[in-house]
Amino acid sequence: MAAPRFPDYEPTVPVFLAQVTKRFGEGSDALTAVDSVSFTVAAGEFVSVVGPSGCGKSTLLHVIGGLTDATLGSVHVENETIDGPHPAVGIVFQEESTFPWRSVIDNVAFPLELRGVGRAERHAAASHYIDMVGLHGFEKRHPSELSGGMRQRVSIARTLAAKPRILLMDEPFAALDEQTRLLLGDKVLQIQQQLKQTTLLITHSITEAVQLSDRILIMSYRPGHLKRIVKVDLPRPRTSDIVSSREFGAYIADIWSDLREEASRGLSESERGSE
Amino acid sequence: MGARSPYLAPAISLGTIVGALAVMQGLIAAEIVSPYIVPLPTDILASFERVVVEEGIPGRFAVTVGETLAAGLLIMLVGIPIGLLLYRRARLRTAFEPWLAAIAAAPLVLAYPLFLVLFGRSSLTIIVIGFASGVAPVALKTIEGFASTRRVLIDVSRSFRLTPAQEFWQILLPAALPQIFVGLRLGLIFCLINVVGVEVLINLGGLGQLINDLAERYDLPGTYAAISFVVLVSILFFAILGRGEKWLQRRG
Repeated sequence: MAAPRFPDYEPTVPVFLAQVTKRFGEGSDALTAVDSVSFTVAAGEFVSVVGPSGCGKSTLLHVIGGLTDATLGSVHVENETIDGPHPAVGIVFQEESTFPWRSVIDNVAFPLELRGVGRAERHAAASHYIDMVGLHGFEKRHPSELSGGMRQRVSIARTLAAKPRILLMDEPFAALDEQTRLLLGDKVLQIQQQLKQTTLLITHSITEAVQLSDRILIMSYRPGHLKRIVKVDLPRPRTSDIVSSREFGAYIADIWSDLREEASRGLSESERGSE
Repeated sequence: MGARSPYLAPAISLGTIVGALAVMQGLIAAEIVSPYIVPLPTDILASFERVVVEEGIPGRFAVTVGETLAAGLLIMLVGIPIGLLLYRRARLRTAFEPWLAAIAAAPLVLAYPLFLVLFGRSSLTIIVIGFASGVAPVALKTIEGFASTRRVLIDVSRSFRLTPAQEFWQILLPAALPQIFVGLRLGLIFCLINVVGVEVLINLGGLGQLINDLAERYDLPGTYAAISFVVLVSILFFAILGRGEKWLQRRG
């Protein structure tokens, strides 16, 4: 299905959002979570969306992933207007999403099992992705025997095993401590360099966004709209060592100056709401 | 601190029982507790062999276990689909879930005369009462199991574009299984209690009828030996179910 023409439309980009608005509820009770958001993500690009809590970041990812419909506007993935999950898209969720009844290898092999790939072949492929996320030796374990960070890596490996051309990640490391987040950030950078996937990361961590991204989209507090786009010109390949550089600090300060205002607005509105 | 022995808890449990029996032995021997109401534990122990050999315990055991398993199979075949139907149909759930909760809490065994009229004095009555007493908790726990499937797992299934059938077999059912198993365990406990209870009440069938027979003959050591045998069977039965449940929990 051909995507409708739009002023900034580029048919070659894997992800294109045209004036996407998402409202919950109707009439006077309606809540606008995302307001007229338009952007593109180029092939192989790593883009992060940062914004204060409640700005509609995760809602935006659910719309792009086809898990919920946009109220207005449209999402185009690989030149198709989506009306549900697109086969080119893989999603890593914020919440722990491994299947507790399956071993690590059977979790990762799940998308291959759905395609009818034989046991030996799918296990060989799953082992490759398990190695990629650094979980070699844990194939036979169940998620209940793993730490939170390891489980999230299982989820990433499972999504990668489906070979998505576009990877959406919804704050995948939100529940983890800072050190683990930085190290898993390294892992994501290595994987992205290897697979050259188009990646969209939702995060509230400015550090994580600067460490990983080519571009950062800053969202305003509710209703969430695009406030500014920051291009990150730090050299690649990157590792978490980059966080101590002067340039990295300058990006953090720059983005925080924008986000601070939005986060303060969110905080004061939530305080007013609780009075 | 050294590692605790895995045998410590069972040893404490067994020791407590032996201790209680020893105290009881003393109280009965001293006639503080009447020996015409409770026989000496040593007499009960001595009558075990007699009850097993002379009263045909293996055959009676097979009858009680058979009735319980038949009722248990019905509970599973009816309770789980009812639970699934009520999970899928919100209106039906609103209409019937309170009824199921009421049935689960009701002492259905008191309605045994009605079942006797409907099904006659036969094993069928015992099986139907066993089924009726265990089906509601299985259906309720099945609803709970499906309803408590984490939203993110449904989102994962949607992101992988699973068909409704794949979503059910690959996500919903495995996610609900630990809760369903809890329901089955509860249902089978209620079922076994009611099966033995009705066997006593209508003086028909396996171990329950034996308890009734021995009591009517005023064979007190034999009666208590038969009761002990039912307790031992229950312990064995539910230890196996407990193992299965723990195995599932490890995976949940």
